[in-house]
Amino acid sequence: MDATHQLAAQPLIACHECDLLQREPATADHCNVKCSRCGAALFRNVPNGINRTIALSLAGLILFIVANVFPFLSFEIGSQFTQTTLFTGVREFYSQGIWLLALLVFITSILAPLLQLLLMLYIFIPLKFGRLARQTRPAFRLLQHIRDWNMIEVFMIGILVALVKLTKMAAIVPGIAMWSFVALIFLVTGAHSSIDGRVVWRRLERAQ
Amino acid sequence: MSPGAETRSDSSQPESALEASLTACHTCHQLVRIDQNHQQQKLSCPRCGSAIHPRIHNSLLITWMLVGLALVFYIPANLLPMTRVVGLGQTQEDTIMSGVIYFIQSGSWYIGLVIFIASVFVPLLKLTLLMYLLVSVQRKSQWRPRERARIYRITEFIGRWSMVDIYVVTILIALVNLGTLANIDSGPAAMYFATVVVLTIFAAKSFDPRLIWDNIKQEPTQ
Repeated sequence: MDATHQLAAQPLIACHECDLLQREPATADHCNVKCSRCGAALFRNVPNGINRTIALSLAGLILFIVANVFPFLSFEIGSQFTQTTLFTGVREFYSQGIWLLALLVFITSILAPLLQLLLMLYIFIPLKFGRLARQTRPAFRLLQHIRDWNMIEVFMIGILVALVKLTKMAAIVPGIAMWSFVALIFLVTGAHSSIDGRVVWRRLERAQ
Repeated sequence: MSPGAETRSDSSQPESALEASLTACHTCHQLVRIDQNHQQQKLSCPRCGSAIHPRIHNSLLITWMLVGLALVFYIPANLLPMTRVVGLGQTQEDTIMSGVIYFIQSGSWYIGLVIFIASVFVPLLKLTLLMYLLVSVQRKSQWRPRERARIYRITEFIGRWSMVDIYVVTILIALVNLGTLANIDSGPAAMYFATVVVLTIFAAKSFDPRLIWDNIKQEPTQ
């Protein structure tokens, strides 16, 4: 087969950022494919992506539980001592009557990463065994939109700033939950970036 | 081809999907044929079920409105106190800038810089870039579409980092909660500031970058 035939066999795609019609190039593993006109990331070829996503999300889910159940930071002035979990700040905002802020922090630091992990497991474990979970399509759609609202890496920077601010005032001790939280950032990011949307949608089409 | 290498897809005759009566689903990237006569109809993707817009409806208007609202809320977010610190009978209120100045004076200038960039600089930069993109599309600018596409991606990426200060306040009010000895409460600016961040996130989402390219008459020579 010559090059033109090979090219013609590739499906047509349109760039989601500039709308250019182009043929999807055949790619090697771990290739980032960018739009030939505007440079937007079109997709990434991840070998074994589904297995990676499942493995990383499972590990992430365990760490998520640890990060939310155990104390996050403890704070000591003299004999006084307070301990917080991830949820304490949300509760404080709520008790001050600023429920909108409570909701925003809750969604971006707890709900979105949890939903992301659960949805990945819900969709990909059955898919790995050639099955289809109920409502996979809306679930996958939600997964792709929820990622924007998971801001745990920004939260981490917030923690560092707060620590520097408070170290002059009192002794701050990071708890086990905080270390889990740091690892969670990498696991969720890794799990999500192992998803190759093309693979998933093609499998969904076949399973229809 | 080496791993991680960049592949550029080849197309000898550039054409937008819309010109070919096609559009890509924004969620699953499936190409869908659209009927030019039924532009007003609500379309949904046959593969994933998402709503399909060849271009986002009223993209420029909605983005302008969100940017304008964000600018309005940006003012109280910076003028009103972000935190109220009570320590041994004394009460101190801090705005974003006074917090930055406190960090610089107390020697942690790098933390002051982080807060300044995340809370003051990033929202303004994002709003300025979005306004520039809006004006450039409205004036049908031909100037460097590739660079403007990059600017759009920057506005999409940087917005979330403004949340840093909100999280700092979240952690402070959670930790420093010892009654009259030491207590930190959030001030009214926190609410305004969070609103600015959320509005700018929606503003970047409502801007349709394909509009930049619809105006380009000829391919830019790279």
